[in-house]
Amino acid sequence: MLSFIARRLGLLIPTFFGVTLLTFALIRMIPGDPVEVMMGERRVDPIMHAEAMERLGLNKPLYAQYLDYIGQLARGDLGESLRTRESVWSEFLTLFPATVELALAALLFAGSLGLIAGVVAALKRGSLFDHGVMGISLAGYSMPIFWWGLLLIMFFSVGLGWTPVSGRIDLLYDIEPVTGFMLIDSLLSGEEGAFLDALRHLILPAIVLGTIPLAVIARMTRSAMLEVLREDYVRTARAKGLSPARVVFVHGLRNALIPVLTVFGLQVGALLAGAVLTETIFSWPGIGKWLIESIGARDYPVVQNGILLIACLVILVNFVVDILYGLANPRIRHQK
Amino acid sequence: MTAATALDQALLYPSPLQEFWQAFAHNKGALAGLLFMIVLVLCALFAPWLAPFDPSEQFREFMLTPPAWLAGGQWQFLLGTDELGRDLLSRLIHGARLSLLIGLASVVLSLLPGILLGLIAGFFPRLLGPGIMRLMDIMLALPSLLLAVAIVAILGPGLINTIFAIAIVSLPAYVRLTRAAVMGELNRDYVTAARLAGASLPRLMLVTVLPNCMAPLIVQATLSFSAAILDAAALGFLGLGVQPPTPEWGTMLASARDYIERAWWVVTLPGLTILLSVLAINLMGDGLRDALDPKLKNAV
Repeated sequence: MLSFIARRLGLLIPTFFGVTLLTFALIRMIPGDPVEVMMGERRVDPIMHAEAMERLGLNKPLYAQYLDYIGQLARGDLGESLRTRESVWSEFLTLFPATVELALAALLFAGSLGLIAGVVAALKRGSLFDHGVMGISLAGYSMPIFWWGLLLIMFFSVGLGWTPVSGRIDLLYDIEPVTGFMLIDSLLSGEEGAFLDALRHLILPAIVLGTIPLAVIARMTRSAMLEVLREDYVRTARAKGLSPARVVFVHGLRNALIPVLTVFGLQVGALLAGAVLTETIFSWPGIGKWLIESIGARDYPVVQNGILLIACLVILVNFVVDILYGLANPRIRHQK
Repeated sequence: MTAATALDQALLYPSPLQEFWQAFAHNKGALAGLLFMIVLVLCALFAPWLAPFDPSEQFREFMLTPPAWLAGGQWQFLLGTDELGRDLLSRLIHGARLSLLIGLASVVLSLLPGILLGLIAGFFPRLLGPGIMRLMDIMLALPSLLLAVAIVAILGPGLINTIFAIAIVSLPAYVRLTRAAVMGELNRDYVTAARLAGASLPRLMLVTVLPNCMAPLIVQATLSFSAAILDAAALGFLGLGVQPPTPEWGTMLASARDYIERAWWVVTLPGLTILLSVLAINLMGDGLRDALDPKLKNAV
């Protein structure tokens, strides 16, 4: 197992450096003069221009610039935002929990509903329910989620007034950020109604972000279940008189879960991409909205290292999923 | 006598095309998808003649007119008008042009280099393969929409840059698929035979091996066509894609956001068009996959 982890870890290093090359190239490939672009004006005073080039290290040869960049990263220096003058790392840390909370809620929604729908569809193969689940999941898979979000807002927030339109919690409440997770913080604050309000803010964004993973998980669970239910050990379990529930959940679902777990892992990248759209629609103060606003404001240090951080996150999650997969399936572990 | 035998043979073995069509037409969803796509392509091709108005013509006295069948609707604006009094139907029809153009261009721009890189990686598994595959892994480290956002952040928004961004994003899938298919074919006898017969490397790559690797590539091309439409609309919605006043579906949605409380049609219709188009292509892709590559049936 250890050598398996070491091998996977070894694969991470070139990928990490590749991503730094990408984010390094990012800021240098902006068409035109970088200083003029960043200052947002033309014909910058030559002295100021030279000084800015010096400060940004843009006057050195490229390889030296890259080494500087790697050195900076190694020291944990991710630069500072041009807009707020705050360090990119601390901005990331403040906003990141909001995205995690949203993503976890979305995964919970997609995972629970998707597993149930997939299992039932597999058990009732060819039934109306099965066709319904497959049809809906195909539509969910093709869904432009930014539009889906607008539709839900139009129906539930504007039409019925059930849920708020944007944000994480009503301005009435003044919640001390302890964990960064609004659901937990609102409980800790002890303010009456705060938790429910936070929950109401979370529901629609979580549904929107969870829609595509839900479709994928339902489809995957169904086909994995169908495969497993054909296995001999399931027939054996039935033949020796185990209850149908035990056969389905203990013998069937447990074995069907392995491919489903992989899909779960693969969905993390998709969740982060979806978060960009979902957070923009619902003004959810997470890293997706931060990134898009920074692009709009030409805040290049944030764009550059924000993308680096997100990429590292995806790499890390994929690594963990790989390891978990190796734990669950010895055949993968011992593959050369 | 010989003529009768030939006839029997024709009955027994349908031509590959016929065989494909039988398998494809068996799937009703795929047929429906194909039908919708034909309508969409016709709309795109004949947009200037089909659309009742110019997509950017503003009828100031008819701003936010509801669809014709609702109270206050005007029959000249069948699906209503947007916030500047532009005819929604005309904008949607012209939008089909853009979406299909972006889809087609980005698929071609990623398919060709993808196949080439995949062939090279497959034929030189020691020399060039690892390098190419590492590069693709790096590109896969970022979720596709985020990578597209990053690329557009560098190049700036616009139609051409949207196409480039989406093409770059879909490249790794083609490279991996081609390489995997090539590696599977290389040990087959017919390849060895061609080698022994003295086929040159380009001939071996393009004439001998590549045609046998096309099935998964065609399926992937369909899927990335729908993904391209979706990503282009998402970029447009984020304000990073095709810029207004161009009638791109995602861009239309972005400007419709402000009227969500008053005019449901400007929000609903462009999104519905995106959903139906993507759904149609995905249904077609499923049918293609089942018909071309039965091994992949039931895979997600």
